[in-house]
Amino acid sequence: MNDSPASIRILVGMGTCGIAAGAKETFTAITTELAAHGLSSDVVTETGCIGQCQTEPTVEVKVSGMPSVIYGNVDVVTAKTIVRKHVIEKALVDDHIFDHPSPDIIG
Amino acid sequence: MKEGFIMPFKSFILVCGGTGCEADGAQKLYDAFQKELEKNNATASAQVVKTGCLGYCAEGPVVKILPDNTVYTKVSIDDASEIITQHIVNGSPVTRLVYNNASTLSHLHFDEATDNNKKQFRIVLRNCGIINPEKIDEYIARDGYAALAKVLAEMTPEEVIAELKTSGLRGRGGAGFPTWLKWDLTRKEKNETKYIICNADEGDPGAYMDRSTLEGDPHSVLEAMAIAGYTIGATMGYVYIRAEYPLAIKRLEIAIAQAREYGLLGNNIFGTGFSFDIDIRLGAGAFVCGEETALIASIEGKRGMPKPRPPFPSVKGLFDKPTSINNVESFANIPVIINRGGAWFAKIGTETSKGTKVFALTGKIRNSGLIEVPMGTTLREIIYNIGGGINNGKKFKAVQTGGPSGGVITAEYLDTAIDYNNLQILGSIMGSGGMIVMDEDDCMVDITKFYLQFSVDESCGKCAPCRIGGRQLLDYMDKIASGKAEMEDIQNIRDISFAMQKASLCALGGTTPNPVISTLKYFEDEYMAHIVGKKCPSRKCKSLVSYFILPDKCIGCGVCARRCPVNAISGEKRAPHIINQQTCIKCGECFNACKFSAIEVK
Repeated sequence: MNDSPASIRILVGMGTCGIAAGAKETFTAITTELAAHGLSSDVVTETGCIGQCQTEPTVEVKVSGMPSVIYGNVDVVTAKTIVRKHVIEKALVDDHIFDHPSPDIIG
Repeated sequence: MKEGFIMPFKSFILVCGGTGCEADGAQKLYDAFQKELEKNNATASAQVVKTGCLGYCAEGPVVKILPDNTVYTKVSIDDASEIITQHIVNGSPVTRLVYNNASTLSHLHFDEATDNNKKQFRIVLRNCGIINPEKIDEYIARDGYAALAKVLAEMTPEEVIAELKTSGLRGRGGAGFPTWLKWDLTRKEKNETKYIICNADEGDPGAYMDRSTLEGDPHSVLEAMAIAGYTIGATMGYVYIRAEYPLAIKRLEIAIAQAREYGLLGNNIFGTGFSFDIDIRLGAGAFVCGEETALIASIEGKRGMPKPRPPFPSVKGLFDKPTSINNVESFANIPVIINRGGAWFAKIGTETSKGTKVFALTGKIRNSGLIEVPMGTTLREIIYNIGGGINNGKKFKAVQTGGPSGGVITAEYLDTAIDYNNLQILGSIMGSGGMIVMDEDDCMVDITKFYLQFSVDESCGKCAPCRIGGRQLLDYMDKIASGKAEMEDIQNIRDISFAMQKASLCALGGTTPNPVISTLKYFEDEYMAHIVGKKCPSRKCKSLVSYFILPDKCIGCGVCARRCPVNAISGEKRAPHIINQQTCIKCGECFNACKFSAIEVK
């Protein structure tokens, strides 16, 4: 199992709703925590609104070997927990998972 | 850097911890699964996780198994053992518990619907939340600009129109005019100069789907505008976007610059000789500028006021040239219709309304947000399945659609399949897709007043029916809300409404009366309570509501008196207090503060 940047992709919802809920701080918390574990911030990217405005900030985490998961209500503390538990320890984080809202008609 | 080799879990048991499932015992279920894993020595190969709401409200308790995506519903604690031993350990799902997807997309009869038990189907929002909107390469990697390439290389304008006609796409800005027809009418005009305009003004309060589309996937609109330009014979397009959307504006500017850099906008696109460029024009805070002729005036640098039609913009539009104006959401559908074909699109939706619609579901609903569903989905499915039902255990009262131009729909009609025609029959409109859910605490008179206030504020003032009629309607609503109205006023309200609908210059004035007519029709009893009984049943209209302290419940703690911002409450320590009705401003602070339920609101 390798932790090379190609096998990790973290998307932070940065529509206006996400930003209003604190997504910029969430983004920074994720890159900081990744750096603390020697991982590059290149794996983190911003994205638009997934529509679950009630649960912003939202973060989708894709790590090879793990199911791709959407986390909601990701404040700064939760963001660091997600990096530690999901990306490094390969376990899902309680109380924050939400479902993909629809099938992907492209990919 | 590496912290040792960590063996990943083989499977994950997701126990839904959304409000509904939590109330149904999600924590106990979680504990039961944990115990069963321990019993089967499987704690190293499977993880139990409690999640947020997985979106299967009304079917809980819900358990989802990853990575195979099996969804179990109505799971009881006794089922935990079977799920662990049969599914997790032995790998075969427990079929009797697997989610029966009768109420998902599959009943709407199109191929991709049966995938994954999802209730939404994203065409417009296909890339939102999946790509980085500031990286054109990510858009291109997901079929981006493939439709434009196909159109320029392989299709004539007539063929594009035919594909659109097959698709049945209707304007998503609210009027629902067939998009193929608008493009065809503009195409048929003989003029060297024509324009494409994208209407991104999005003035309806409560509507933000256009904003989210532009923030999350701006290229989908740019590509569609270029396709439209080729089809009608235009080389220039404008995105008219309200200035209150700075992030969407910024992402649009980046997208346009990147498209130009790649030669996807500008001169000689794909070397085909077709040139098309796009520029942005900002609105300045006027709802009326969402109306196409006022919008055109605004771009021309004139005051945003509508003009009589005919002539329609397709004949004489921007700078008096043939112009096609389409909504953001209409455009976002175009690349998919070209890539998948109009016939694929037409399989989705109802007879009269094809495709999907994005709704901004807000108000007294558990899961508020943007949803995209096939036309024909019922209001009940949207509010109770996707939306999770009314929050705080309150009762559903009505759902308002179409913003200030729309009407209310009551519980009786919740099984209506949403499409343009059905909503009109009920006295409302699709509008841009705003959907505001109301519960027993909302006053229909108060809500109507709110929408009228908005429409009156936004009236441009050019035509008398809207300028004067709107103001008159609002004055009547004020009278009703303060208990000063009489029965005769109702007839006046109906007469003014009729006049505004028939004689207003544009749809702003024409639809201003819609909330009044709709609430009068379905909630006449509330109007009677205000007019005859001089009471507000939902206790929202402040003039009709009084706060009293119940002497037999009040213990004289004085908390309410201290909270009162106007010192209207007096009394001795440990003796029942009293509210001075003349001074009271009905703010409700005392009611919120009292821990002994000693304050009555009547």
